[in-house]
Amino acid sequence: MSVRRLAPADLQPKAFAFSAENLAWAEHEMRKYPPGRQASAVIPLLWRAQVQAGGWLPEPAIRYVADLLGIAHIRALEIATFYTMFSLEPRGKFLVQLCGTTPCMLRGSEDLKKVCKRRIGEEHHVTADGKFSWIEVECLGACVNAPMAQINEDYYEDLTPANFEQILDAFAAGRKPRPGPQVDRQLSAPIGGPTTLLGPEKS
Amino acid sequence: MLADKDRIFRNLYGIYDWGLEGARRRGAWDGTKAILEKGRDAIVDEVKKSGQRGRGGAGFPTGLKWSFMPKQSEGRPHYLVINADESEPGTCKDREVMRHDPHLLVEGCLIAGFAMGANTGYIYVRGEFIRERERLQAAIDQAYEAKLIGKNNVHGWDFDLHVHHGAGAYICGEETALLESLEGKKGLPRLKPPFPANVGLYGCPTTVNNVETIAQVPDIMRRGAGWFASIGRPNNTGTKLYCISGHVQRMCNVEEAMGIPLRELIEKHAGGVRGGWDNLLAVIPGGSSMPLVPAALCEPLPMDFDGCASVKSALGTAAVIVMDKSADIVRAMARIAYFYKHESCGQCTPCREGVGWMWRVLTRMAEGRAEKREIDQLFEVSKQIEGHTICAFGDGAAWPVQGLLRHFRGEIERRIDEYTANPHPDPMRVAAE
Repeated sequence: MSVRRLAPADLQPKAFAFSAENLAWAEHEMRKYPPGRQASAVIPLLWRAQVQAGGWLPEPAIRYVADLLGIAHIRALEIATFYTMFSLEPRGKFLVQLCGTTPCMLRGSEDLKKVCKRRIGEEHHVTADGKFSWIEVECLGACVNAPMAQINEDYYEDLTPANFEQILDAFAAGRKPRPGPQVDRQLSAPIGGPTTLLGPEKS
Repeated sequence: MLADKDRIFRNLYGIYDWGLEGARRRGAWDGTKAILEKGRDAIVDEVKKSGQRGRGGAGFPTGLKWSFMPKQSEGRPHYLVINADESEPGTCKDREVMRHDPHLLVEGCLIAGFAMGANTGYIYVRGEFIRERERLQAAIDQAYEAKLIGKNNVHGWDFDLHVHHGAGAYICGEETALLESLEGKKGLPRLKPPFPANVGLYGCPTTVNNVETIAQVPDIMRRGAGWFASIGRPNNTGTKLYCISGHVQRMCNVEEAMGIPLRELIEKHAGGVRGGWDNLLAVIPGGSSMPLVPAALCEPLPMDFDGCASVKSALGTAAVIVMDKSADIVRAMARIAYFYKHESCGQCTPCREGVGWMWRVLTRMAEGRAEKREIDQLFEVSKQIEGHTICAFGDGAAWPVQGLLRHFRGEIERRIDEYTANPHPDPMRVAAE
């Protein structure tokens, strides 16, 4: 369990509302569930609110989503604090989520942690230019491409301290590096080429 | 070795088109209408006969699970829910299905939905898989567009399929926690009974299946239960996606026959253990919840449900985490304990308090900063967590610790001896604050 609290009041914006586009999306999302069960959409809506708010979930956004769904504020608040992908405080423009669980640890994620600490600082710290912050997360489910990190939406896999630094350099310079494996490899196939599925597409 | 023609996931590595056209070329959506025309009972029977067991970890027979759904609807709708909350450390197979062969999953959902009388399906994808859920949604949109699913589709069974996502809670991989989360609540597992087949999503009959399980169903129906049952061993039939990570030369995902010997699996597909087979220390055969298996028991070890059970472990999700002799086994397991500490939902006291305690003790043991009596104490605590929680994840947190103590007690004792034999500038003890 992790104890998570809202950001202090002086960081919170006064109000929050979905953009017209997001509101239309939210209404479509709520229709996925049977009548009276719109509360089901709370996680997707909070997530969209977090994206719109710049990567973190301010308290007015939580209340806004609760009102939109017709549920008590506390119901949305407990979702926001229970699920760890909701950032309750501002974070860098690029959030580096470094996987530290055993499969990545066996492949050297601790060296990547040192890179993060040196370049960005302690966990949750946002760099002075507002660009980066990092956290260690639990298994992200790309274990055969370990070690890996998720930077905003994308997975960067098969990392070494050297290519990880290059990726961070690219983000810092405003470029978007190519996601996926950072070594010569077809996604989750073995390095050097697959050992199976060598024939034609359909046999 | 399994022949390519017997592999279900022909686009495992994403070399070919994932879309409808590519999927059709590889055989998806072929004769789906004829499959549905066989009728509900015939489909359930065929899946039963194939011997398929759930691919999500517990290995419950799929056909049997489906047969628990009420035969006649008593007014409540039936739901099919797909568990795509793949979070078990070491496991990364459902991700490949969702991004490279999504149509197998969509087609499987239609067949399974029909077989259990469900007109609606939800796929619960873990929150971090943002690209994967976009891909899956795109495949579903294609299927709607082509009238393969949806209202008045060409197959004659109205079926709506929705993608839902979580937001980073491992516990939502537990089926009842997943249902709670899907209802818009915290992912706290429910007490069973009642089982989801009676009272599931929104209080209606529901079946929760893993992605790989359902994506295999169309091929089982097309090629027949006999084909599926002919692969592997009795009670452990079919093919399986294995994820080989850790200290091997070439980590990979691969689809192989159930029961493939562990050594063959690692040497044929992953280039062998780093430094050779003799350099093997231990293997976790089924994702982090399963007890580790020391090198001495790794050969012969058929990688299936019964094979892994014979060495007091379990196949789980078939995520093979390999550790060579350079691995610090105690630290590796302490990190797994930290994972459970972080991911415990906090509902049951033994898990919420016990898992953090185990992590703290293991962290000290990794340095040798412990007393030998604490080894027995640790085992005792793990036994008090196991079986004393609402869901099975308490067991999943306790088993890896028990596995470590069972096979590497000597290593922990050695560290304690080493620590106590050497002088340490221990900080002055201060009152705990």
